[in-house]
Amino acid sequence: MKLATKLLAGLVAFAMLAGATSDNKLNDRQRALHVLNRLAFGPRPGDVDAVMKDGVGTWIEQQLHPEAIPDRTVEARIASLPTMTMSNAQIVKTYYEPVLMARKNANAEAKDGEVDKKEARREYMRDVPFDKRPQNVMNDLLTERIVRAAESDRQLNEVMVDFWMNHFNVFAGKGIDRFLLTSYERDVIRPHIWGRFEDLLMATAKSPAMLFYLDNARSVAAPENRPMLAQRFGRRAMEMNPQLKNRQGGLNENYAREIMELHTLGVDGGYTQKDVTELARVLTGWTITNERDGGQGAAFIFRPMLHDSGSKTVLGIRFPAGGGIAEGERMIHVLAHHPSTAQHIALQLCQRLVADDPPPALVDRVAAKFLATDGDLRETLRTVISSPEFWDPKSYRAKVKSPFEYAISAVRAVNAQVTDATPIARALQQIGEPLYGAQPPTGYSDKADVWINTGALMNRLNFALSLASNKLPGVHGDVVALIPAKEAADASHSVEALAQALTGGNLTQETRATIKSRIVERKAPTEDPWDNTQLPTVAGLILGSPEFQRQ
Amino acid sequence: MIDRRFFLKSSGLALVGGTLLPNVFVRMANAATTKGNKTLVAIFQRGAVDGLNMIVPYGEQAYYAARPTIAVPRPGAEGGAIDLDGFFGLHPSLASLSPYFKDHSLAMIHAVGSPDTTRSHFDAQDFMESGTPGVKSTEDGFLARAVGTKKESAVSPLRAVALSPAMPRILSGGAGAVAMTNISQFGIRGGANVSGGFESMYAEAVAGTLGGTAKESFEAARILKSADRQKLQPENGAVYPNGPLGNSLRQIAQLIKSNVGLEVAFADVSGWDTHAGEGGAQGQLANNLRNFSDAIAAFARDLGSRMGDVVLVTMSEFGRTVHENGNRGTDHGHANVMLLLGGGVKGGKVHGKWPGLGSQQLYENRDLAITTDFRDIFAELLTKQLAVPSLKSVFPNYEPKLRGVMLSS
Repeated sequence: MKLATKLLAGLVAFAMLAGATSDNKLNDRQRALHVLNRLAFGPRPGDVDAVMKDGVGTWIEQQLHPEAIPDRTVEARIASLPTMTMSNAQIVKTYYEPVLMARKNANAEAKDGEVDKKEARREYMRDVPFDKRPQNVMNDLLTERIVRAAESDRQLNEVMVDFWMNHFNVFAGKGIDRFLLTSYERDVIRPHIWGRFEDLLMATAKSPAMLFYLDNARSVAAPENRPMLAQRFGRRAMEMNPQLKNRQGGLNENYAREIMELHTLGVDGGYTQKDVTELARVLTGWTITNERDGGQGAAFIFRPMLHDSGSKTVLGIRFPAGGGIAEGERMIHVLAHHPSTAQHIALQLCQRLVADDPPPALVDRVAAKFLATDGDLRETLRTVISSPEFWDPKSYRAKVKSPFEYAISAVRAVNAQVTDATPIARALQQIGEPLYGAQPPTGYSDKADVWINTGALMNRLNFALSLASNKLPGVHGDVVALIPAKEAADASHSVEALAQALTGGNLTQETRATIKSRIVERKAPTEDPWDNTQLPTVAGLILGSPEFQRQ
Repeated sequence: MIDRRFFLKSSGLALVGGTLLPNVFVRMANAATTKGNKTLVAIFQRGAVDGLNMIVPYGEQAYYAARPTIAVPRPGAEGGAIDLDGFFGLHPSLASLSPYFKDHSLAMIHAVGSPDTTRSHFDAQDFMESGTPGVKSTEDGFLARAVGTKKESAVSPLRAVALSPAMPRILSGGAGAVAMTNISQFGIRGGANVSGGFESMYAEAVAGTLGGTAKESFEAARILKSADRQKLQPENGAVYPNGPLGNSLRQIAQLIKSNVGLEVAFADVSGWDTHAGEGGAQGQLANNLRNFSDAIAAFARDLGSRMGDVVLVTMSEFGRTVHENGNRGTDHGHANVMLLLGGGVKGGKVHGKWPGLGSQQLYENRDLAITTDFRDIFAELLTKQLAVPSLKSVFPNYEPKLRGVMLSS
């Protein structure tokens, strides 16, 4: 049997073992755990009881309205990160200009051939004060994302930010995007994920980060379809001067393809290569500002001179010659309301929240809701969460956590305070999901078989051990404090109490027995007798257990 | 500078007489005492590399007409291609691979690819890795199926390794491949009790299912721990360039030298999606190609005579448009080029039928047409290098045509 199949079979078997009750319904504790695992990044100590006390329905309703959850501590914490309140223009000016200056100075110095350009650039960068170096931007952003996921009370909001940031993936490693992602997440994704899909799609289409990432910022009409430009420079001058012609660029299909394949219709959503090329023509002129008009990458701008003025046909919709920005806006409206889009978004939401291969009937219902509500993302989400399929015991603990979900849920389980997110960001890299680090526009998968392999498993176990034994600097948790002192005094009781605290009672008898025999009941006379300094190791084993890999 | 003399010297093989055998690694392997374990190393260039600028058809005027700013000049010109056969030339950044072509250990196949028409990176990679173009329901990867067809009593847990944080599609499935990023740190950082605790936890908790996965991990970790640390240093003065590919190939070489039973190794390298500012003899693609070439050359040098038992193959999901776009880059195309390096390769030759770049010859009026199915190349590699007994389940519903890219020995 293939590996992933084997694992999935194991998951199902396990879910039945640990999850389903005899009357085939989740009990209240399981329901609370289920929402905390799927609609939050796992429970912190006390969370399950708190959700049970208020009722799962109440908790969900609160989470569906994050704007009404105060979350002051986390907000204050985020506000203290210098770049979080800066605009694209400010970030570029503060953190990118020193890089450009260093490059310029180094180039000038290296001109005579005696100085190594790279070395000179490094030399100049060393003169830049620490708080003005470019890596501050990404460090702040990683801290923001990790702290919010781990500590924010608006947990469902953070889950959906993760979902939509991934759906509209932008890779920090591409050019100036590392300076544009702060605003992208804050101003483009976060304000729109509880509204209409069209608004979210439009915001991404007009975001400097996306326009740069998928090259639309550089896509301009072919020379023969740029009458305004020809007027300005003279058609003959353009013909005669290949440099002018080339500097002005031409069509780039990258974004036009991905907006249909990944953001809206889906790869089988019913478009052709011709549609891709025509949509690319429609989107010419959708670009970003430069140094002359507001700073490089500071904002979206439509440049009529670069727009293809010819007639076009996309998905059967005809645009007569002479149109402008309205053509692209019309197409984004059409794409946002297309039945294929509804199906595509519904499938992805169900995959994330319900099961790797969600029941088609559920996907259809969610898609129908999406279409009926004009793409209302809150109502679409509510349809997923209130579905019988979501609450089916078959769904309970049937998904494997993604690396981000795994790491954050472990941090939450031990109630760790994150003063420095760097070790978690690094661990995510090792487990296979670096934040803002997906290079292809597909983003990361929401399916288990991509995540589960032997190497990643080892890295998960090592992360669990490091976290539980406080070996991640800046991530401080106290596993001893998780259980009552009288339980910690006894070996066997400690395991039981920690298992309860960290997994809400979902650790199997076999796993508990293994931990006891390996760690606790060491018979060799040379071994130390039990004391609670072994608790971190026990906690590490629990966080690394097969049970904790699931949600 | 790596040249043929280096290999002859390093393998302790004197140049006797003037008879030039077809492939230097074959000669070296004959002279050296290798264990004869064959390994196939596959490199995926994710993002669709521009094969037309990698192996340049400089003999085609249409190539230059289509690429006014990003074409690689003809051999002899400044920044010109390195001539291979009077028609094709290597991108100058691939200079470190040039000696292997001369030594007949490096071959190219041009106008090769997956017959599916998709220009989606995701779909095209998926089809190429599943080995079933156009069929999305295939669950496993074709290299995993290939390894799985070899029923042997004692298989190494390290027979199939991906140098990658996530298991690539091409190796997912029943082969029990291992994915890792750092072979020297693979394992549990904790005492024997912790490691053993995890091991039995995974063995017991989901008997026979996830337990199997974990078992492979722990066994692999044990083997790696006991591997000879001496071998972990590059040999023969090989210097791997910085970057993910150099890092992966250095570790694959270590696994080969450690005799851990490696049959298939896989690594991927991204950054080829050159929609804008691709560059010609210099620039973005040139820089990536240099790193790519130097990493592969270092790998061959590091392995020395062991390269006789190794074949390295490169692939990419599709090629790029013949015409440059408005941003001095190229968009998604169709056919591409593959490289083959190692013992058993019928090297010193650009294989494949060249379809031409004339407007009538292009696929959908824009792309290099495919004349060789990538499965044909792999069929030959799997049969001759890995002795895969049957390709029926590896490439279902496809009858591969052997193209003679390997020596018939």
